[in-house]
Amino acid sequence: MAITRIKGGKIYDPTNGINGEVRDIWIKDGKIIAPPIEADILPEKVIDATGRIIMPGGVDMHCHIAGPKVNLARKMRPEDKRYAPHVSRTALTRSGTIGSVPSTFATGYLYAGLGYTTAFDAAVPPLSARHAHEELQDTPIIDKGFYLLMGNNHYALEQIAKKDYEKLNSFTAWLLESAKGYAIKLVNPGGVEVWKSGGANISEIDQDIGHFNCTPRQIIQGLSQTAMDIGLPHAVHIHCNNLGIPGNWRTTQATMDALEGRRAHLTHIQFHSYGGEPDDQGKFCSKVQELAEFVNSHPEVTVDVGQVLFGETTSMTGDGPLGYYLHKVTGKKWTSADTEMEAGCGIVPMVYKEKSFVNALQWAIGLEWYLLVKDPWQIAMSTDHPNGGSFLAYPEIIQLLMDRTYRQEILKRVHPRVLERSCLKDLDREYTLNEIAIITRAGPARMLGLKNKGHLGIGADGDVTIYNESSNILAMFELPYMVIKYGKVVVEKSEIRLQVPGNTLHVSPSFDPGLVGGIRKWFESYYTIQFENYPVTDEYLSGGGTMIPCSKK
Amino acid sequence: MQNELKVVSNATCTFCGCVCDDIELTVEGNHITKAKNACVLGKAWFLNHEAGEGPIARIRGKEATVEEAVEEAARILVDAKFPIIYGLSDTTCEAQRVTVAIADWVGASIDTTTSVCHGPSGMAFQGVGEITCSLGEVRNRADLVIFWGSNPAESHPRHWGRYSTMPKGLFVPNGRKDRTVVLVDVRRTKSAPAADIFLQIKPRKDFEVLWMLRALVKGLTINEADLIDTGVTLEQLQNLVDRMKACKFGVLFFGMGLSMTRGKHLNVEAALALARDLNAFTRFYANPMRGHGNVTGADNVVSWQTGYPFGVNLGRGYPRFNPGEFTTTDTLARKEADAAMIIASDPMGNFSQAAREHLASIPYIALDTKETSTTRAAAVAFTTATYGINVPGTVYRMDDVPIPLRPAFESPYPSDEKILRALEKKVLHLLQAKLQASN
Repeated sequence: MAITRIKGGKIYDPTNGINGEVRDIWIKDGKIIAPPIEADILPEKVIDATGRIIMPGGVDMHCHIAGPKVNLARKMRPEDKRYAPHVSRTALTRSGTIGSVPSTFATGYLYAGLGYTTAFDAAVPPLSARHAHEELQDTPIIDKGFYLLMGNNHYALEQIAKKDYEKLNSFTAWLLESAKGYAIKLVNPGGVEVWKSGGANISEIDQDIGHFNCTPRQIIQGLSQTAMDIGLPHAVHIHCNNLGIPGNWRTTQATMDALEGRRAHLTHIQFHSYGGEPDDQGKFCSKVQELAEFVNSHPEVTVDVGQVLFGETTSMTGDGPLGYYLHKVTGKKWTSADTEMEAGCGIVPMVYKEKSFVNALQWAIGLEWYLLVKDPWQIAMSTDHPNGGSFLAYPEIIQLLMDRTYRQEILKRVHPRVLERSCLKDLDREYTLNEIAIITRAGPARMLGLKNKGHLGIGADGDVTIYNESSNILAMFELPYMVIKYGKVVVEKSEIRLQVPGNTLHVSPSFDPGLVGGIRKWFESYYTIQFENYPVTDEYLSGGGTMIPCSKK
Repeated sequence: MQNELKVVSNATCTFCGCVCDDIELTVEGNHITKAKNACVLGKAWFLNHEAGEGPIARIRGKEATVEEAVEEAARILVDAKFPIIYGLSDTTCEAQRVTVAIADWVGASIDTTTSVCHGPSGMAFQGVGEITCSLGEVRNRADLVIFWGSNPAESHPRHWGRYSTMPKGLFVPNGRKDRTVVLVDVRRTKSAPAADIFLQIKPRKDFEVLWMLRALVKGLTINEADLIDTGVTLEQLQNLVDRMKACKFGVLFFGMGLSMTRGKHLNVEAALALARDLNAFTRFYANPMRGHGNVTGADNVVSWQTGYPFGVNLGRGYPRFNPGEFTTTDTLARKEADAAMIIASDPMGNFSQAAREHLASIPYIALDTKETSTTRAAAVAFTTATYGINVPGTVYRMDDVPIPLRPAFESPYPSDEKILRALEKKVLHLLQAKLQASN
């Protein structure tokens, strides 16, 4: 019975309505427990958090940290790491490279060092799930999982075209179980398949997807309903059509409308909130106000931001045609990798510059989102790591949100036209610590349906971050005083103290086994591996894995 | 017990980069008597498999216990100033992952056989990127398939039947009839008769021909005189360019005839850039024809653990990448390494004389399933079980698709992974002792 007591810290636990109260936290066998009433129970470890801030461990609900495209980006970009800081080997920990796409061990250490204890990779082709799991096993400390690319999956598209939702639901459940995935991800629904079939793209959600005889709208509706029908803990996770294209806010609006009240999460919404015309950069402007209004009146919809930060990074996406678009815009090297029956992928080096009007407006649009969504429970912090910037920039974003003077200073420095095309200069909202705790842990955990994460109530996982209270927000969030994972101190004074494996979080929704025969027949007609060799077995789950239950219909 | 008959379905052949996972093995005791669906190379791999002979562990040729050998191996690695670790293309990802860990702990160079096969392709990829796809995309869509510097009829016998030219697919319902197959090589290989078009180019002219193709794709004017000494005519190239632009889905598979001949990474850069450029007209891809069963897994494992694909040095306590500096043939030929560990590879059989001579002069550890010229001269040698036949685990097909192994029967020898895990433990133990001694 390992009991730890964290004494005297100021607690921010928004899920349980605790906003800066001084309380003790007790953890036993990795879980939060009520403070024992019996005076004779002595904790094995007492951590003095007097004068410090305590939050649940951070939860990153959208990043790219494992699997084939992440590894292709590592292979493609030695220049990204050559002069970058690195992670040195210690007697306890492995070495690694950082750059915009850190190696696996480095990823685990860096997240933990930042006070994050859970992270989800947002785009894995099911055929490569085994690869993603192997990388997650080598990504220590944090709990982790991934979403499965399904918005261009041939079997799903066929069922949607036939309106056979029974089969769609069973297939989705079977696929999640086979790949040991966590949620349904749509990436440019239908558009990637159009790109793979000849190099074009989709620009409207009612456009026909060639040979599949269905539309993005039908995919969005079909799979958002499936996520609800099979009781997944997380809603459908949507990367809309037309990412990055001026004028795409109409597509985003149409996508939101198409949901017709269904639960959904719209990801890296910053990249989907642009006014203007596709071929006229001169009219490029923010349309966050229009879109945020929708979110503010639709509690069933949540978003994460995909904040852009200035500097060098790598764009990596399941949106194959977007990769080509970025290659043409930037002229930089380009990797594209398509997966049979399932998905696409694009990777391009990126630089976001303060003095670029487009980049500066992207930066401002991200901040507008944080400041214009009224209920912080509906918006999660993300950079779409590494697309908008590294997850290592989260403290910088926190500073931008909590300190409007700092924000205005940067705004003065960037391309001047941003002042006219964005309302950022008029937004004087400042986030409180409680709101930061919501958008970095409590909110994402709730969106993901993780009942034991993102809070410090009884029964929650003992994932705790202790910060030094400071007026220097950046320093406070960059270097937590201590990070605790399942009740054990894993980070202290910026050093890894204990290397635990971290658990892979996955779902196992039920499905009609009678329909697997049909899936098998389709599979055997088109895939190049054996049906029996497709499912990922339990030995690939980090820390033995944790199955997150689905709700009953 | 003896000669009990069993059938293993969906077994995976790890002989070449095709990693066919549809093999049906009939196993009688410790012998595989049938390997249904396997090609001639696969049949040889499975049917001729003999468990190695002799002791599991030897120290300087003398039989030793595994514990003694692990201890001696750990001591060699920990005492070395510049240890190098090499091989890995014929073992599981599980073993590769432990190997990179050991390299990290002792501050070794970690390098794989990639550095002597498609290493230049990896470098070309770093220069221009790569437009690639899983083999099922080729199966279902490709109507133009080009092989360049590759002889699949002999090196990857099932590639055509299973993935690239013969199979019927979603958008090529008539299989071979719906595809045009082109072979480009410096000699008329056994693959040539099966191609619709064979272009025989002059040796060492790959780069020139690829670059001319790029120019033609871009619409530049090329004169016959520009093609002098290439072995091909303008008409032939223009015809190929027309086909490449007009196809719906084209793919260029390139082999070591491109990556290991004059020009090396420049040849592959030209091929990757050509495929990339063609995406202005249609969908076009370029994929390497990888050789060893899990060389692709080695690239992936080394990349995700260190950030770089091969030729990585961990001597400063963090990964640095420099092919030529940290690749094994070079560190050996320059007499830099003072200890080595070779896993599932036979550099004593195929490296340059300078590299072999230096390797023979330093203490090194070898793990292999059978006796080789490398294991014979090793300070510590382990005989291990064969992946895919005796050992389960993961391998990556040449297109990065991860595939599980279904072993046929147990070997009296331990797996690479098991030996390496014991070695990692011992290495950490010795390092800790060293640290305490210095404090």
